[in-house]
Amino acid sequence: MHKKGTLRQILLITDGCSNQGEDPVAMAALAHEQGISVNVIGVLNEDAPEYHRQGLKEVEDIAMAGGGISQVVYARQLAQTVKMVTQKAMAQTIKGVVNAELQQILGSKSTMDDLPPDKRGEVMEVVDEMGETMNLEVLILIDASGSMEDKMLTVQESLLDLSISLNSRIGDNEFAIFAFPGKKKEVDELLSWSSRLDSIGKVFSKLSLGGITPTGPAIKEGIAAFARKRSSKRSFLSDDAPGYIEESGM
Amino acid sequence: MMPQDISKSPVCNLAAGEEIRGKWNKLPYRIRRRLGYGATGAVYLADSMNGSVALKIGHDQMSITSEVNVLKRFSKVQGKVLGPSLIDVDDWQTRSGTYPFYAMEYLKGETLFDFMKARSPEWAGILLVQLLTDLHTLHQAGWAFGDLKPDNLLVTGPPYRIRWIDVGGTTVMDRSIKEYTEFFDRGYWGKGSRKAEPSYDLFSAGMVMVNLAYPARFTRKSDPDRQMHDLRKNSPMLRPYAHILEKAWNGKYRYAEEMRNELVLLLNENDKRSVKKNKKSTVQKSTVQNRTRQSQKKKEKSFIAETFLVFTFVFIVYLFYILGQTM
Ligand SMILES: Nc1ncnc2c1ncn2[C@@H]1O[C@H](COP(=O)(O)OP(=O)(O)O)[C@@H](O)[C@H]1O
Ligand SMILES: [Mg+2]
Repeated sequence: MHKKGTLRQILLITDGCSNQGEDPVAMAALAHEQGISVNVIGVLNEDAPEYHRQGLKEVEDIAMAGGGISQVVYARQLAQTVKMVTQKAMAQTIKGVVNAELQQILGSKSTMDDLPPDKRGEVMEVVDEMGETMNLEVLILIDASGSMEDKMLTVQESLLDLSISLNSRIGDNEFAIFAFPGKKKEVDELLSWSSRLDSIGKVFSKLSLGGITPTGPAIKEGIAAFARKRSSKRSFLSDDAPGYIEESGM
Repeated sequence: MMPQDISKSPVCNLAAGEEIRGKWNKLPYRIRRRLGYGATGAVYLADSMNGSVALKIGHDQMSITSEVNVLKRFSKVQGKVLGPSLIDVDDWQTRSGTYPFYAMEYLKGETLFDFMKARSPEWAGILLVQLLTDLHTLHQAGWAFGDLKPDNLLVTGPPYRIRWIDVGGTTVMDRSIKEYTEFFDRGYWGKGSRKAEPSYDLFSAGMVMVNLAYPARFTRKSDPDRQMHDLRKNSPMLRPYAHILEKAWNGKYRYAEEMRNELVLLLNENDKRSVKKNKKSTVQKSTVQNRTRQSQKKKEKSFIAETFLVFTFVFIVYLFYILGQTM
């Protein structure tokens, strides 16, 4: 059985607390309802880790509401973390879909973990196969408030590295990059949907770092970008499973 | 959902003498000591009903299940032992949660670094030949190893043989590599994709050699090609292999066998040269010894006769040696 569907993720990279506009946790819940998982990486400051710890609660809450994963790291660990979070989030969504299928077949509340080890192996092969072949759309939201300034080069390198990993998969990938706050608006589009991130350097040079942190409005804008993409494809499909759209039957 | 500090997890802190029993197969294991731990969990030496085993206990169902899938496949690669063999798969239930584990063959050996510390540098080449032989078999079976690095290799024996452990990165060909380590990853060095193919492993194999010469490792500079070129040239250990390492670095080998054969050729060449040198020096030595001994008797004996005598002597010894071998 071969399935080809699309996984939709928002990856939020931030170092602090939001302070403007809609509640980001609510916006994450809204995204989740529409089949987009919201994953968050909290970047700690090497010099003042304690200052930023307050922001961690929000990082966790956003990811939880968004059906995604959160991780708090120092800037130097960013490359590994960006990949790890993206891939874990994919696996988690797929596992959710597979578990839902299992419950249909086996009934009750059984999940993959309740299966005996040898059956689990077979399910894992399906999960692997899906992770490799499904299409992936990642919308990256970058906190461009002033305190992130010294981390931008690392963010840029991490994203480039992420694209090397994801483009080694069989399935297609599309990336879009948004930054907040924008120059004149709350959120600016830095890169519209594209399968390559090679030109990412130019994108980052356009960036100007601002003072406010409108995380909620940024997530909302992200949802809108997914919607625009879907309607432009003119293939509005049922989106029942979170983060997962079936395009051909299982 | 993921513990931030793995070393604090119950999985990493089993005490010696503790017994764990699987939830499904009910087989008991008594912990002897921890062998090591990494991102996926911890590995213990333990006693089972059928002798010592290595027990890998993880936090994450999916990664342990993936590894088990790979180990199961390995036992099907015709007759060849690749990696430790799989013995049992089960779950360990505790008050704080259920942890997946598997038991595998315990490989008794030394780490690559420890082994090389006590040995001459040509061993590095020989171990690499062995590794490439195994990689070729693995590639033929449709897999790439992925996370090739000294931590995931052991030298067992004598007779000494390199073996790999930790199949967490082992990936079906043409898929994206499941797990890797930056220093050994060609993606990190800007030298290609993370697609599972023979050249991916061969790049890492080359970097294992580089790591043996530079145990502290190092990070990427702005011109990695130049950087590596200089590092190869500046290491007496790497210099003889520079040409082969450069080809692996640039993804020029399509099959592990190609790289292996070039390496074997090179090692043989080196051998011949050193053997030639040795022969010459032993002949010279014995000539000198003979000369002094004989000079005490007949000083007028000509040099040609002397050498003739030496060769006859060597020849007779050799005859006896051959006879001894065939009898
Ligand atoms: N089969 C085995 N026999 C002997 N030692 C082993 C075996 N498997 C693992 N080890 C030891 O345990 C360490 C960690 O195991 P590994 O499988 O590499 O874990 P991780 O996936 O967490 O990196 C290894 O570096 C090695 O020293
Ligand atoms: Mg390991």
